[in-house]
Amino acid sequence: MNTAIQAAEEAHNPLVPVVSEIVLALIVFAILFFAIKKFVVPNFEKTFAERTQAIEGGLSAAESKQAEADAKLAELEKQLADARHEAARIREEAREQGAQIVSEMRESAQAEATRIVEHGKTQIEAERQQAVTSLRAEVGTLATGLAGRIVGESLDDEARQSRVVERFLAELESDGSTTTGSGVN
Amino acid sequence: MSFHVSLSEGGESAEGGFHAPGPGSFELPPVFHVADFGVTKPMLLLILSAVLILAFTIAASGKRQLVPGRLQFAGEAVYGFVRNTLARDNIGSEHYMKFVPYLFSLFMFILVNNYYGIIPFLQFSSFSRIGFVIPLAIISWFVYIGTGVWKHGLFGYLKHATMPSGVSGPILLLLVPLEFFSNILVRPVTLTLRLFGNMFAGHLLLILFATGGAALLTSGNLLYGGVGILSFALGIGVSFLEMLVMFLQAYVFTLLSSMYIGEALADEH
Repeated sequence: MNTAIQAAEEAHNPLVPVVSEIVLALIVFAILFFAIKKFVVPNFEKTFAERTQAIEGGLSAAESKQAEADAKLAELEKQLADARHEAARIREEAREQGAQIVSEMRESAQAEATRIVEHGKTQIEAERQQAVTSLRAEVGTLATGLAGRIVGESLDDEARQSRVVERFLAELESDGSTTTGSGVN
Repeated sequence: MSFHVSLSEGGESAEGGFHAPGPGSFELPPVFHVADFGVTKPMLLLILSAVLILAFTIAASGKRQLVPGRLQFAGEAVYGFVRNTLARDNIGSEHYMKFVPYLFSLFMFILVNNYYGIIPFLQFSSFSRIGFVIPLAIISWFVYIGTGVWKHGLFGYLKHATMPSGVSGPILLLLVPLEFFSNILVRPVTLTLRLFGNMFAGHLLLILFATGGAALLTSGNLLYGGVGILSFALGIGVSFLEMLVMFLQAYVFTLLSSMYIGEALADEH
């Protein structure tokens, strides 16, 4: 075959390989293959793996951040709801308290009013009683005075005088209860 | 038209000593001799390709930045293409990483050597020399047969490769030899011929359009000159076609290798 290279060019059939070329291609390709296997492919693979890892790491970091934010948001919303609830509760309590205070005040005012009215009533009663007593005394004096003058008879005797007045008043009261009752009240 | 070029003979035409390209155009004289051994341009190109590929891939993979620069991005794009599209999709995600170094080396090796064909001054696709293609096809053959034997055992693999599932009876007498022939014997041959033939023919076409155009232009005949310009224009068009073919052949060779491996690994086919 070696002679074919150096021999007349036309004589060589292109389909017939030259042995030295086969050997050379085998050697060159073997060197190329082992160098690529040893130096190139591991580097590329390492880069690919690192890149995948970086992307996946970034994704998982973003995911955890997202979850964290979600949790925080939920917590804040819960806090907000709690605060709203609390506010409503306080408002309700205040309203109740206000109503209670108002009713208490009303009650005490009512009591006070009743008391005042009662007081007034008893005072009036007492005063009336007093007036009645003094009237009774005065009426006696006036009546005896008047009667004395009319009758001309001195009724100096205390005992007799008071007996007469009592009798008169008793009479007066007995028919006064039917005729002058409205006047007293 | 009385002008005609005899392609098959590679001889001289009647007009002005035009040397038509032929198989002889691929027999380059040795550039220099080591002892008694003649070192030719394709041999040097082949060695250069390994140097270029290693320089590029080691530089591109060495920095290992998470956000790649231009060089690293380019390296990762090619590597990722071979790794994901060619290896993983055909072999399956379980075993593909074992074959990525081989497939990546193969793809880069074929790609660079093919593109020599359109690089000025180099202008010779190494794989238009069949001697360079045969080892690659044989390695691929060993790899996929070896994978099948590793996975199924020797007889298991032979059965796996030659007996289509769901077929039984006397038809197997016909099918088994056919399957054996097509799956085991023919594959390395077609791998070789496909790559070699494309590169050989492409190179031949480019030489023809270039040298033919030059010969026509310098023929002194105005009409021939016009055809010569047309020939150059066509040569440019063919160059672009060749760029596509050069990539496609690297792609197809690697794709088929990984498909064969995937098939050998498959449980049923």
